[in-house]
Amino acid sequence: MVIIMKVVLQNLTKKFPSRNKKGGEVVAVNDFTFEIPDGKLVGLLGPSGCGKSTTLNLLCGLQKPTSGKIFFGEDEVTNLPAEHRGVGLVFQNYALYPHLTVLQNIIFPLQNLKGKDKLSKAVMTEKAYEVAKLVQIDELMDRKPSELSGGQQQRVAIARALVKMPKVLLLDEPLSNLDARLRLQTREEIRRIQRETQITTVFVTHDQEEAMSISDMIVVMKDGVIQQIGKPQEVYDDPVNLFVAKFLGTPPINVFRGEVKGDKLYIGQEAILDIQGVADQEVYVGIRPEGFILDEQGALGCELSRLEVMGRDVSVVSTHPACENTTIRSIIGSDSKVDLGAKTIRFNVKPGKVDIFSMTTQERIHFELK
Amino acid sequence: MEKNNLKAWLYLLPAIAFLGVFMVYPLIDVFIYSFEEGYNSASQTFFGVGTYNYSYVLHDPYFLQAVKNTFILVFITVPISTGLALLISVGLSSIKALKNLYQTIYFLPYVTNTLAVGLVFMILFKKTPYTDGLANLIISWFGGGSIDFIGGPYWAKMFVLCFYTVWVVLPFKILILTSALASVRQDYYNAAKVDGTSKLRIFTRITLPMISPTLFYLIITGFIGAFKAYSDVVALFGTDLNAAEMNTIVGYVYDMLYGNSGGYPSYASAAAIILFAIVLTITCINLLVSKKHVHYN
Repeated sequence: MVIIMKVVLQNLTKKFPSRNKKGGEVVAVNDFTFEIPDGKLVGLLGPSGCGKSTTLNLLCGLQKPTSGKIFFGEDEVTNLPAEHRGVGLVFQNYALYPHLTVLQNIIFPLQNLKGKDKLSKAVMTEKAYEVAKLVQIDELMDRKPSELSGGQQQRVAIARALVKMPKVLLLDEPLSNLDARLRLQTREEIRRIQRETQITTVFVTHDQEEAMSISDMIVVMKDGVIQQIGKPQEVYDDPVNLFVAKFLGTPPINVFRGEVKGDKLYIGQEAILDIQGVADQEVYVGIRPEGFILDEQGALGCELSRLEVMGRDVSVVSTHPACENTTIRSIIGSDSKVDLGAKTIRFNVKPGKVDIFSMTTQERIHFELK
Repeated sequence: MEKNNLKAWLYLLPAIAFLGVFMVYPLIDVFIYSFEEGYNSASQTFFGVGTYNYSYVLHDPYFLQAVKNTFILVFITVPISTGLALLISVGLSSIKALKNLYQTIYFLPYVTNTLAVGLVFMILFKKTPYTDGLANLIISWFGGGSIDFIGGPYWAKMFVLCFYTVWVVLPFKILILTSALASVRQDYYNAAKVDGTSKLRIFTRITLPMISPTLFYLIITGFIGAFKAYSDVVALFGTDLNAAEMNTIVGYVYDMLYGNSGGYPSYASAAAIILFAIVLTITCINLLVSKKHVHYN
């Protein structure tokens, strides 16, 4: 019996009074409007200070919005206190009660139920074991949180959030306290649990890889403003501005200063693409690492620094005077031959992996290939 | 290894020497005196060795009175002062406006001179030819008769003593508890709030266990401090405590050494050892109880 709910944010705004004496306000969340489809896993993604945690706090009711509305399904919950919203929240540091055992921690939300919802002890224990099995910690029920590993604590926290069958599950930086290996494992686990329970889930992260890998939908934020919403791959392939392009992808996109002149796209003196539909102007040119093709006759010449071989792929590290990044990383298949003695290395570019952005607004400029 | 040991002992030597001379040796001495009958500190002589001192002290009505007073004082003031301090600190940490002002007010008694405090209590409770004291004034408003709190019935004097003790120990406990409450991470409260936990349950299931080590520390030191009460009693009722029926165990020890009935170091030693045994027992019981209810993380 799972209630699946969409979550709607309408012109949601949260302002904080400024700490300095001059007054003024800090706008943490600026006019958010978006809809989280029911039963989906959504990642709020952005650098620190972008307002993603504030958004989460607004969703769970720990903070009240300055203006705007929040709906769970058809019901407005904007002014509903946290305890009546039926959300499950997993904290960044888990916030497991250290003096209670795993079982007592998981049961805790159930013991709060009053009146007709009140459960008998046996039912509570049964529910706790059910959810503990789901997150695979049913062997650890008698331990204290301090006797668990980080990953296990994380699972207990998720179990505690899930046990009362929340309408919405919220996770605040769920993987940031785990080591790299555990992080990979746990994110798969979160994906699996979300699929099995079908609960609408929102999680906050600053790690784009994490968000890209498990989300059905990502929301990229910067300085309290939503930059782009969409499926991870769509956002990656089709960023609306330079910030989104730079924020998504590892290794990051290579950004060059370039120019559109007479239907050609120039980096330095070299014309790398024939394009049309764009007026002559100076632009930022973003090329994804996988957008380079090794070619001795290639249009773009870079100064070769070194090669990094990582199993399947070879990453060519080079430099170019017009490049904004300190080094250019281009990923090519490991069967390609690179002459390490050569000073310059030449590439052609894959048109689909090249985006151009306005110098002034940093907005994406769409172009057509000739 | 051997060398390191030697060095370690050398570093410890100053502390050990001081503690040995001024604490361990006197303690052992007291223990020995308590078994030496009729010990005279001037001539360093005694009649014999035995348990007579203990038997004398335990049959002395003054001592029994002192034990009774001390126990009443301890078991009334420690729970009340700790509970009251907890209540006030919880209140203090949940208000925002004027918090610092209230904190200062509650902490004032701690930095106030004992004699000044004694004066305040005098004004509150003492009966003089000119006035019956503030407390009696309030009682008379409610239609009650005048009571002599300082020189009157036993329960009235005990009330003043307990009131005074609670008032004096309160600031320190509030200070410690407020900082303990502040150190409980907000996340726990947020987690509980999202899960719809009632305020009372948050207090009993989260706040109390989280501050239990501090609370336990306050209870233990409170017990020990109250068992050693003496100067407060003197400040309120003067030096002739036996006549006032207000003596404490420490007061009895002092009287046996220097008071009007002074000059009995053997009885004083025996009484001191009995006090030590009582405090030790109570502390052990506290420790046993705490094993179940105190959560160290």
